[in-house]
Amino acid sequence: MEAVRQSAAKARPTPRPRSQNPLRKLWKFRALIILALPGLVLLLINNYLPMFGVFLAFKDFNYAKGIIGSKWNGFDNFHFLFATSDMWHVIAHTIVYNLAFLIINTVLSVLLALLLNEVKNRFLSKFYQSTMLLPHFISMVVVAYLVYGFLNPELGFINKSILEPAGKEGISWYMSPQYWPYILTLVNIWKSVGFGSVIYLATIVGIDREYYEAAMLDGASKWKQMTKITLPFLTPVIIILTLLAIGRIFSADFGLFYQVTMNAGMLKSTTDVIDTYVYNALLVTGDTNLASAAGLMQAVVGFILIVSVNMIVKRVSSDKALF
Amino acid sequence: MRGNNWTNVLINIGLILLSLVCIIPFWLVLMVSISGQNALAKYGYSFWPKEFDLVAYKFLIHDAEPIIRSFGVSIAVTVIGTVASLAITSALAFSLSRQDFPYRGALSLFVLVTMLFGGGLLPWYLVYTKLLHLQDTMMVLIIPGLIGGFNVFIMRTFFTTSIPPSLIDSAQIDGASEYRTYFNIILPLSLPVLATIGLFVIVNYWNDWFTSLVFIKTDTLYNLQYFLYNTLMNAQYLQSVADKAHIDVSTMQTQPLEELRMAMAIIAVVPVALVFPFLQKYFVKGLTIGAVKG
Repeated sequence: MEAVRQSAAKARPTPRPRSQNPLRKLWKFRALIILALPGLVLLLINNYLPMFGVFLAFKDFNYAKGIIGSKWNGFDNFHFLFATSDMWHVIAHTIVYNLAFLIINTVLSVLLALLLNEVKNRFLSKFYQSTMLLPHFISMVVVAYLVYGFLNPELGFINKSILEPAGKEGISWYMSPQYWPYILTLVNIWKSVGFGSVIYLATIVGIDREYYEAAMLDGASKWKQMTKITLPFLTPVIIILTLLAIGRIFSADFGLFYQVTMNAGMLKSTTDVIDTYVYNALLVTGDTNLASAAGLMQAVVGFILIVSVNMIVKRVSSDKALF
Repeated sequence: MRGNNWTNVLINIGLILLSLVCIIPFWLVLMVSISGQNALAKYGYSFWPKEFDLVAYKFLIHDAEPIIRSFGVSIAVTVIGTVASLAITSALAFSLSRQDFPYRGALSLFVLVTMLFGGGLLPWYLVYTKLLHLQDTMMVLIIPGLIGGFNVFIMRTFFTTSIPPSLIDSAQIDGASEYRTYFNIILPLSLPVLATIGLFVIVNYWNDWFTSLVFIKTDTLYNLQYFLYNTLMNAQYLQSVADKAHIDVSTMQTQPLEELRMAMAIIAVVPVALVFPFLQKYFVKGLTIGAVKG
């Protein structure tokens, strides 16, 4: 304890006039720097060191030769990446899935928030929110189990309890790519709509009650109140969340596309997205050149998207901008 | 007002149905896990099994060693990771929240950049394997989840908006060091935001399978999620786990693999389902803490 007090006395900012010497300044704020240091070092290791690896995308990478020893090969990796139609499909999948998720989730989340707001019983309201948030807190591995419970070709609920009793042939779900855009969209809705609705509900709850009281005095119906008061208040939040989602449109939810499809090769024609492509290129087929080129392209496009979206958000409502 | 009663009933019915949709997949898996083997083979998975049998859970309790070990790995990583993460994140956020800290702008930018640009999977993998040589250790399961720019900024926003600078000033005039200010004033006043971020971090560690997928090869270091992943993707792995359980299998024709698989999914969900209702209010509060600004 005595030691703590002594260092306390030393670390107290001295009231001396501000010194111009940068080392002095560092020393003066050493306590705050020391507090910040562990976090900064971790970010350096986990985020900044990998950034220096981006030039791997311009090398013919070889594990034995290492990052420095591997030969440069200019834009060859990108050339190969876009030479086949694979990459274009994968990019198209990523964007189309994300757009579909964005539109459906936003509409359903807002609707659900409006409904939840009508529930006046606090116990019921909390119950609904808890059950609908639960999927958000479950890992994708468990989600894959839940989906497998329905789709298991030999024993699954859909084949055994719905299709076969109806006299239809069971479907080999994990070998039939045509169904997966719908399955993945459903799973995504199931997992994220509850979360989205709670965000919108938080906004609705924050609206001043006086608007509604005034509207009721004027004889406005519930519907009128919803469309003329609640929705206009929600619009800025909807716009901002939509813009942020567009900023992330180039990166897919790896867990959803990898775990829920059980990484089945047969499903790739409709379910391969940039993130699964990079993962498979890197750790399954070992094609590090393609993986690093695709990864860099994704990071750069993502960066441009986020920065431009942030500029737009700043125009719309400057206090909601990310930076 | 009379018309509203009707609408209220309809709304509640709709919401009850939606709640059911959210829960029903869990129910299906729970029912499979307590199904009798023969009925399961004959009728498949159903919402109400024809016969009940707890054999899968007996398997799990009866030293099915790999499962218990993976549970242990998950708990250890989650506990150590969450405590360390809260300490590191809040300390950094405290420094960045101080108006009189001359480097706060530059360091905030340093944090912000990590949220905008990433080096990608391969360089990240190489940093942990070739540079730090942490593959196949428990450290690699903990370190990547310790800090995230988003959490730092949420905490910083909380500190700047909820803790008056005059409080810090007066403490330091009374002779408190920065460390004491942080420990004795900031942390006790920040329990709501610590609970919110804590919930994010707990869920993040508990649900993490990706780090194991990339870095872990030794099966004694499998965490629960990665263990589940393996038993779902790889039937032989599930078989080998069942073989290691020392239960008396002589009375059974075959091992209850399907039930066992689903029982494991259930025990992975239970901790989350138990913890989350208590932290839910902090979670909602955290969502409304406000704009995250750099």
